[in-house]
Amino acid sequence: MGWFGFQPEVVDYSFREMVFKAAQRAYEDAGGLDPRGEVDAFVSCQEDFWEGISIADEFAPDPVGGAMKPVYTVAGDGLQCVGQAYMMIRSGLFDVVVVESHGKPSDVETLDEVMFMATDPISIRPLALENVHALAALEARAYMAEFGVAEEHLDAVVEKAHKAGVKNQRAVFASPGRSRSATPVVAEPLREADIAKFVDAAVVVVLASERVAKKYNDAPVWVDGVWWSTETSTLELHNWAFPLHAREAADGAYAQAKIADPFKEVDFAEVDNRYAFKELQHIEALRLAPRGMAKDLLADGAFCPGGRLPVNLSGGALAEGVPFEAHGLARLSYAVGVMRGEIKAEVDRAETAVVHSWRGVPTTTSVVAVLRI
Amino acid sequence: MTGRNLNFKHRVAVVGAGLTLFRRRMLETPQELAWLAARQALDEAGLTLKDIDCVVIGSAPDAFDGVHMKGEYLAEGAGGIRKPVVRVYVGGATGVFVPIAAWWHAASGLCKRVLAVAEEKMSHAAKPHPQYVFRYIWDPVVERPISPNLLWIFAMEMHRYMYKCNVKKEDIALVAVKNKRNACGHPSAQLCNPHIKVEDVLNSEVLVWPVNRLDVSPVSDGAAAVVLASEEEARRITDTPVWIKGIGWTLDTTHWTNRELAYPEYVRRAAEMAYRMAGIDNPRKQIDVAEPYDPFDYKELHHMEGLGLAKRCEAPILTREGVTQRDGDLPINPSGGLLGVGNPIAAAGLMKVAEIFWQIRGEAGARQVKKPVYTGLAQAWGDLMQAGTVIVMGI
Repeated sequence: MGWFGFQPEVVDYSFREMVFKAAQRAYEDAGGLDPRGEVDAFVSCQEDFWEGISIADEFAPDPVGGAMKPVYTVAGDGLQCVGQAYMMIRSGLFDVVVVESHGKPSDVETLDEVMFMATDPISIRPLALENVHALAALEARAYMAEFGVAEEHLDAVVEKAHKAGVKNQRAVFASPGRSRSATPVVAEPLREADIAKFVDAAVVVVLASERVAKKYNDAPVWVDGVWWSTETSTLELHNWAFPLHAREAADGAYAQAKIADPFKEVDFAEVDNRYAFKELQHIEALRLAPRGMAKDLLADGAFCPGGRLPVNLSGGALAEGVPFEAHGLARLSYAVGVMRGEIKAEVDRAETAVVHSWRGVPTTTSVVAVLRI
Repeated sequence: MTGRNLNFKHRVAVVGAGLTLFRRRMLETPQELAWLAARQALDEAGLTLKDIDCVVIGSAPDAFDGVHMKGEYLAEGAGGIRKPVVRVYVGGATGVFVPIAAWWHAASGLCKRVLAVAEEKMSHAAKPHPQYVFRYIWDPVVERPISPNLLWIFAMEMHRYMYKCNVKKEDIALVAVKNKRNACGHPSAQLCNPHIKVEDVLNSEVLVWPVNRLDVSPVSDGAAAVVLASEEEARRITDTPVWIKGIGWTLDTTHWTNRELAYPEYVRRAAEMAYRMAGIDNPRKQIDVAEPYDPFDYKELHHMEGLGLAKRCEAPILTREGVTQRDGDLPINPSGGLLGVGNPIAAAGLMKVAEIFWQIRGEAGARQVKKPVYTGLAQAWGDLMQAGTVIVMGI
């Protein structure tokens, strides 16, 4: 595992140099793995419009040492690349697969416009929404109305994220003194503090089959299950109040990992919280709380550091920021750090973790991975 | 290295294929095109969307369809809703990569029936021409400032090949003539021309010398789909599954300026990976029919050599001798290829896989090659003259 950046603006390195740095660290972490000789395939997770380059996958091979080797790109979150690597290894054809994802939002001048380009060109784009967060605000309203979630519950999510983030060395946005209710409204009910900022980062992960993993690491963290799902991409038809995609992804991953009761069997979780209300939604979708109960368990401290089932010990996207498609790998790398004991976190047991990613509005795709040591 | 363990738990077969018309300015939306192809593939396999466990989508630059995160958008038409759906991407080589990725979905044992869909809608992209999208594929620092055009670099490659192999434009034009004539047997074809002659190609407008207009495939819209299944499922679905015997792909460095343009080494390595898996040591003898990627006529020759179907610089000779004709000893692009059927980037690559599937099943109709087909190959190419994807299928 290797990462680089997690700064609002990495000025001295291009995206390729950032990936190179992250890859170098990952290979060092994997016992000095030689990418030219010991890696069977490389997967890159990125999107053209974020890169500002058409056919951006052209740039995937060199920074990870993959030139003239099997390299391909997945237009999705980094955790989805982990899912592909998992399948590749399980097929028996590949032993070592490297996954890369990066984001350099500070290079993008027109972020809102780019995000809006992801909406349906016929049914949504003519609305010319001035603020793409309005789509998330509608989801927040639907969720809050259906499950009786109030503004103070969102206050609690934000407060928890910033408090936890203070202990995370790469959480540049963690500011525990900041009160959510004092920040301006962006799109009712979302306030500025509800919305994660973007951040520049690159993360590289090395995955290996059971046959060869011990060669690179004495104490590997096992991927016990990974699954993903997409709900309808037609915005007007999707479920606004509950992220079904996260539920289905979680159920698939739990089935592979033979987890029957996630609330009891999972020790801690890293979930997408790029909007504060999403953390509550995703906790419920991942069956870490009954529907509508996440807010109450949060109030009881269950999801806080040191609680019954800590969620986002890192502070999540609210504290670290969103490095575009590298966000899922950011969640994964933090969880791995905690499980290996490299990150001192307030968690009773760190043997089973669940990691989740979502790609932000207007997408309806989630990926969930179950990790074990 | 890859291919070490060939004892797969699950063999994987193709059990159905579908294809839309390839045309410029189709009225259907990208989602609708994807669904037309997907449904045809499902119908051919006798399945419905409910039977599909996983979906793999392929589409080249988002800028063609004009949608950011195109995979999320296409999930709708490609049948990916409430299912695990992923969009894979290796530029122009994506079409053949879609069934490669679908292969490990099934070979991993995690999905039993996989729908692989490729779609591209180029004709409404960018103004004044879809080529404009290619202004943004370059290194943003060292290349974009000189405003290169994609045709320029392929003209350089063609020229280099002509120089190294001492090939005349007349020899290369034979490929365009063959493929545009072959396309007349294809119900989806955009550019069938039964009367085309070498002189027509040579006399068409020069775009960037030595590339003339009829040396190049057209701008197209279209979609293609195949259904893959694990062995147990495949045998349940059909009596004539077509097995995926080998997969391979390679990406060379982004720095195309440092490449020997006369020979696609990355295609050779991709083919080597696929051949090793398929147990092929003499492709010229063991491959009965091939669909190498032919966005330009010289590329068919280039790729035949990279794939080991011809020795270096031998492909133009085989073409001149008629070996690559539909009734020849080694039929190449009996579908009509991209030059004849059309080139909706990712869909064009998957069209080639569908063609090999139909050839092996003996269902290619007017395009069926004369010799018996046991093993076939499809290949695509993309990025900055950098990516090669290869799939070997057989009975």
